[in-house]
Amino acid sequence: MARRLRRHVITMTATAGSGHPGGSLSAADIITVLYFKVLRYKSENPQWSDRDRFILSKGHAAPILYAALAEAGYFSVSELATLRKLDSRLQGHADSKFTPGVEMSAGSLGMGLSFAVGVGLAARLNSKTYRTYALLSDGECEEGQTWEAALSAAHFKLDNLAAIVDYNGIQLSGWTRDIMNLEPFSQKWQAFGWHTIDIDGHDLGQILSAFQAAEEIRSRPTVIVAHTIKGKGVSFMENNVAFHGKAPTQQEAERALKELE
Amino acid sequence: MAEASTRETYGKTLAELGRENEDIVVLDADLSPSTMTSFFAREFPGRFFDCGLQEQNMIGIAAGLAASGKLVFVSSFAIFVSCRCFDQLRLCLSQPRLNVKIVATHGGITVGEDGSSHHAIEDLALFCALPGFTVIVPADAVETAAAVRQAARDYGPFCIRLSRPKTPVVYSEDYQFTSGRAVTMRQGKDATIIAAGIMVAKALEAADVLARQNIDCRVVNMHTLKPLDETAIVKAASETGAIVVTEEHLAQGGLGSRVAQVVAREEPVPMGFVNLGDSYASSGKADELLQRCGLTARDVEEAVRSTLKRK
Repeated sequence: MARRLRRHVITMTATAGSGHPGGSLSAADIITVLYFKVLRYKSENPQWSDRDRFILSKGHAAPILYAALAEAGYFSVSELATLRKLDSRLQGHADSKFTPGVEMSAGSLGMGLSFAVGVGLAARLNSKTYRTYALLSDGECEEGQTWEAALSAAHFKLDNLAAIVDYNGIQLSGWTRDIMNLEPFSQKWQAFGWHTIDIDGHDLGQILSAFQAAEEIRSRPTVIVAHTIKGKGVSFMENNVAFHGKAPTQQEAERALKELE
Repeated sequence: MAEASTRETYGKTLAELGRENEDIVVLDADLSPSTMTSFFAREFPGRFFDCGLQEQNMIGIAAGLAASGKLVFVSSFAIFVSCRCFDQLRLCLSQPRLNVKIVATHGGITVGEDGSSHHAIEDLALFCALPGFTVIVPADAVETAAAVRQAARDYGPFCIRLSRPKTPVVYSEDYQFTSGRAVTMRQGKDATIIAAGIMVAKALEAADVLARQNIDCRVVNMHTLKPLDETAIVKAASETGAIVVTEEHLAQGGLGSRVAQVVAREEPVPMGFVNLGDSYASSGKADELLQRCGLTARDVEEAVRSTLKRK
């Protein structure tokens, strides 16, 4: 399934002629495990009140979310071809007004974890057992609001909340370590009161175990620091800064799809 | 005129609403004793969250709660909840049109001694710029209670801007408030003063003085800046032929700009503006600052006279 989602990402962004393939490919395995192993949802009833909530804070990775939502049955796979087009439900950045299954509008970075804290508090107030998952980029951990949210999630003891950081090490203009170093990273979350789990974000078994382990943690939130490779799965896109915010050409897409067969 | 605190009325009304509706959740950013959400917090500690000094995070949390079906009231000082949180207001509340009510206390220069860092005088321009927001500046405590109740009834994002000092009471308890529908406080045929917030009482005072000089002024309380009561504005323009707009806000983007847009499009007449122009104030007592910045009844009076000369 992860490979299928990656193929969708390539086709969608190439057809659209713009978009952010790199950060979609790095998150493909995390999203696959979430949508096909972890999350409880009813795609025919996106507003089902007991559903687990998945919040895509790194809104530019919308293509991988749309690919998963289509494969999960929220809408047809053929609709993926409309990405970024006028009148499409699939906006350039994830937008809850347009797309069934999208919980939060994102695109300005650093806001998703705050939203997730609100959703987690609502679960507690409503005595609901659903869990809330927020996927963050490493780059957006440079935003101060992410750390405000981290403080508050621990303060409110939100053990129904898990954050996943797609730690691919690359942001728009280069390596995060050169632009605004985040290290020591897991230690920061620990100091903020979170339970942390470091994993290989492309190992499906490790990803699933991490989510299962997070469910057992009480009285504090969990962050899964998923060490990933930007552009994972396509040789010429891997660790290539250029493909943060640039779509593959038709030729590049054909090469990529061949690699993903 | 008797005076009453709009924020105290807000706090008590919010606690009443808490008794009526279990879905109400209140967020504050370490200012509960000042915004008066403390009444609610004391009575419903389980539904009150102090977000600490994290205004941006607070807006995101409010959005998450609202997206999960809660009716969320968020309070802080007007300056912090507008300027500091604009991106969050835009992406998390305005674009998805979530059911969050921002009650921004300590608006305007009447915050006083704390100085210009604490004077929210750009806030209305910012809130009015956000599609889907209803923006209300109540004239007194009675109108505040009614506006807060209406915000709780109507779906969608609201901003209600209140003041730090007590405000003259211009309405009796049986006052009927409808957001988006201006109130003619006094009939008149020579000119219309359109005011909001603390300037309503001053407009009435100015109209009294002008009446003694045989200038018959209509006074309209435009409590809702957005959506604007365009009918009342066009009526004022066509029936009185001159309009003065007064507000405790910069010249750009607030009530004056918004009314002028309607007048220019529908019924051009001479207009005057009594506001804070394009500059910041300083520390001082509220009344001293209002005098220094030209926001007294006398200033309104003079604006009416000079606008009438251009009629």
